[in-house]
Amino acid sequence: MRRSPRETAESARRISRRGLILGGAQLGFVGLLAGRMNYMQVEQADTFRLLAEENRINIRLIPPARGRIVDRNGRIIAENEPTYRITMVREDAGDVQKVIGRLSMLVELDEDDLNRALAEMQRTAPFFPVTVADRVSWEDISRVAVNAPALPGVTPEVGLSRIYPMNDLFAHVAGYVGPVSERDLSRYEDPPPLLRIPRFQVGKVGVEAKAEEMLRGQAGAKRVEVNAVGRVMRELDRREGEAGGDVQLTVDAELQDFVKARLGEESASVVVMDLEKGDLLAIASAPSYDPNEFVRGISVPDYASLRDNDRRPLASKTVQDAYPPGSTFKMVTALAAMDAGLVAPDETVYCPGHMEVGGRKFHCWKRAGHGHMNLEQSLRESCDVYYYDLALKVGIENIAKMSRRLGLGTDYDIPMSAVSSGLIPDKAWKKRERGSDWVIGDTVNASIGQGFVLTSPLHLAVMTARLATGRSITPRLIKSVDGIETPWRGGSDMGLNDSHLKQIARAMYAVSNSRRGTAYGSRIIADTMRMAGKTGTSQVRNITAAERARGVTRNDDLPWERRDHALFVNFAPFDNPTIAVAVVVEHGGGGSTAAAPIARDVTLQALYGGLPPLDAYPSKDRSRIRALHDRLAREKRAREAEGNDRA
Amino acid sequence: MSYLEYNTKTAPTGWRKVLHLNWPLVVLLTAVASVGFLMLYSVAGGSFSPWAEPQMKRYALGLAIMFLVAMVPIWFWRNMAFVAYLVGLALLLAVEFFGSVGMGAQRWIDLGFMRLQPSELMKISMVMMLAAYYDWLPLKKTSRPLWVLLPIVLILLPTGLVISQPDLGTAILLLTAGGLMMFLAGVHWAYFATVIAGGAAGIWAVFQSRGTDWQLLKDYQFRRIDTFLDPSSDPLGAGYHITQAKIAMGSGGWTGRGFMQGTQSRLNFLPEKHTDFIFNTLAEEFGFVGGISLLVLYVLVLVFCIFAAIQNKDRFSSLLILGIGLTFFLFFAVNMSMVMGLAPVVGVPLPLVSYGGSAMLVLMVAFGLVQSAHIHRHR
Repeated sequence: MRRSPRETAESARRISRRGLILGGAQLGFVGLLAGRMNYMQVEQADTFRLLAEENRINIRLIPPARGRIVDRNGRIIAENEPTYRITMVREDAGDVQKVIGRLSMLVELDEDDLNRALAEMQRTAPFFPVTVADRVSWEDISRVAVNAPALPGVTPEVGLSRIYPMNDLFAHVAGYVGPVSERDLSRYEDPPPLLRIPRFQVGKVGVEAKAEEMLRGQAGAKRVEVNAVGRVMRELDRREGEAGGDVQLTVDAELQDFVKARLGEESASVVVMDLEKGDLLAIASAPSYDPNEFVRGISVPDYASLRDNDRRPLASKTVQDAYPPGSTFKMVTALAAMDAGLVAPDETVYCPGHMEVGGRKFHCWKRAGHGHMNLEQSLRESCDVYYYDLALKVGIENIAKMSRRLGLGTDYDIPMSAVSSGLIPDKAWKKRERGSDWVIGDTVNASIGQGFVLTSPLHLAVMTARLATGRSITPRLIKSVDGIETPWRGGSDMGLNDSHLKQIARAMYAVSNSRRGTAYGSRIIADTMRMAGKTGTSQVRNITAAERARGVTRNDDLPWERRDHALFVNFAPFDNPTIAVAVVVEHGGGGSTAAAPIARDVTLQALYGGLPPLDAYPSKDRSRIRALHDRLAREKRAREAEGNDRA
Repeated sequence: MSYLEYNTKTAPTGWRKVLHLNWPLVVLLTAVASVGFLMLYSVAGGSFSPWAEPQMKRYALGLAIMFLVAMVPIWFWRNMAFVAYLVGLALLLAVEFFGSVGMGAQRWIDLGFMRLQPSELMKISMVMMLAAYYDWLPLKKTSRPLWVLLPIVLILLPTGLVISQPDLGTAILLLTAGGLMMFLAGVHWAYFATVIAGGAAGIWAVFQSRGTDWQLLKDYQFRRIDTFLDPSSDPLGAGYHITQAKIAMGSGGWTGRGFMQGTQSRLNFLPEKHTDFIFNTLAEEFGFVGGISLLVLYVLVLVFCIFAAIQNKDRFSSLLILGIGLTFFLFFAVNMSMVMGLAPVVGVPLPLVSYGGSAMLVLMVAFGLVQSAHIHRHR
């Protein structure tokens, strides 16, 4: 369009004006952008830098080595061994099926595990290592390593797993570990991140579970750089974890081993306690099981056979099971009566073989009766009627009080699973739990450790320890952690009359050393090692009137599971007691025949700290003892040879 | 036509035109493009493939095209304005019917050797068309309602077609560029006041329409707006990109984390790191200093355009130069606002830096026009 010069100038003027206005506005906006950059990159730089680092850096935990469990002499009860597994990374493998095919020619692969691994590979990111074979042997690992070029994406990996070199010896004490379960996590309000590490093991039962915090240690960590999809690009730095503490138990593996051998096929339990600090030298429950099977993952049939075995290998009978203490309870009744000033040691009671209380007839184990009995005689020969008579005088409340002073019916703070507190009944308890009033017959039953009274073998050992020393000894299972001795509280004087305790001790000495004592057959000959004990036999069932009419059935005629439990408690040496022992043989029959010999053998073994001289035994027992020692020595040699092979 | 008269006598001819090119502008454009090459090399992990090398080839091609366009007298381009506009419209219609669907939108036509994005072409065609229109229109008629209505139709036709693709980002660019062209041409203030008031009402209506039958925007567009207003509301979902982009930028700090040391882009936390979000890579690796430097380059390009326009007495030429400068400004202003979290993510590339063919070639053609107007100006 033709324009006049004037018009052209006007146009240019207008455009220049508006162009500059717009240019100014544009520069203003650029200023805004620059301001925003300044805000983000200068003022907020630290915040954003932090966010970028959080994006980039991932912290991966390194599991710590679990602390070992050793016995009082440093012998290893639980430690860690390297285990090998084979992992595979999908993207590195390329053709997964082909690589698996080659791998299966070298290593035996479990069909189920393999399918699970393949499914997991499809689910997870392609760079994520998936375990295709677990717990493979060193030979398998070597074969895989040698053939590595033909197996892209396949990596042998080493981890640590728990092993119990003594197998079943301390299964009930040390327990075992297993993978973290939902239940383990639910115990924490805020579960430690360590527990989320795949394949991490935590204690499930026993010391492993109870001393978990000491054994576990501190996780290490490595910082890795990851990209947006989580692939690890490189490791930035790492801090090694702190291994868990080594837990030293008070137990003596050699003594425990002897106890196990001595118990043999019995369903029985033994507690040996040191009287100085309450150290549990042996705490054995038979039969036992191999905790290693649980760590590896026990098969369903194997587990079922343990569970359904009527000798209950899974049960920790020393602490978990509470039995009627039977006659081993008589010291409590006697001491309660003396403490209440109701009986003098020389006072006699006439035993006609039974006693009528509240219209009911209570029998003595000896149907013919014991005749006139004083305290020492009644304990020595275990006369029941004497204690029925005491019970009527002293009453249940005094008996219950004395029981608790002697450590019965209470919880001990020892790191084992399912520790029973036993039961010492009194009037309030019966009203509360049974909803009925206490009757005099209950007191009579309780006086000889029957009826409601329940004690675990550990309780009996503590009771015996307190009777022997007059001090309030409590059991101790953990001797030290990482070399630092665990403090022991207890052992203060209980304030019991010294002469009363001496009376009881003398009577117990008579049980084992007097010709008329119920445990005379299981005495110790060596003068400096003589022991004082008490037999007990606790009924598993009530003797019915019909049975009594037929004459009390002999234990040997009954099926195993209906026979009486055999009990024995003792301390030794008599002059200067150093250990207390409690033995319970389930369905063993009588305490004097089934439990006392075991207690005597264990006591000697403990006192001599190894094989006792044969002349400490009564001559009739010597050949049997020698055979047992020979067998133990053979087994020990065999085990050591096996240990050398493994090493 | 009249402009022949005053130009032929003084305008350079033949090879002498090369001497009269606006060389500083060429240097500036090359500097901007080089920033692009550097960043594309970096985000590829220190490699010319797959992005830096094709981008360099494209820039070389673009430079050649720019020279070619610059050699042709500006009056030829004025005459071609209407044709270019019609071709642009026709291609937009063609996209509507034959276009390929990419990322949920019909945006390009596959020509075999390249993908043509008609909306890119339209940005320049429309500016040319409006400049030619106001050159043709007698000055005193500029603000008369009928003559205001006509350019509005010229703007709304392509804008409507682009919205239906749907490509909201480009539509907003077209609308803004068109409106500002009218402003530059001298349309009366009152019209703009009315439109701004109307626009405010329109935005209100758009938000009101959400969730009703007559919803004016697609759901994803609303979601982008939500995410923009509060990216932390969904840091791992829709807000993830913008959150990561801001982290990349902010973590650069004053001098950046160093060339090829940006963790956000190197570890793939940053989305679209070679296209729309390439500025964040620059900001992360070279920090505030690097970001501001690029911004300064852009501003210099803009300033050179404005001065070239003011120098030029031809109405078509100066309007065209300002319009192209404006389009360039809108590109980088919208992209930067977007990647800094000042505007919703609408998918506008960073001009000459982001990896991409059509946008770069179209921009080089546009700067060719600027050069042509500059060479053939009345002296």
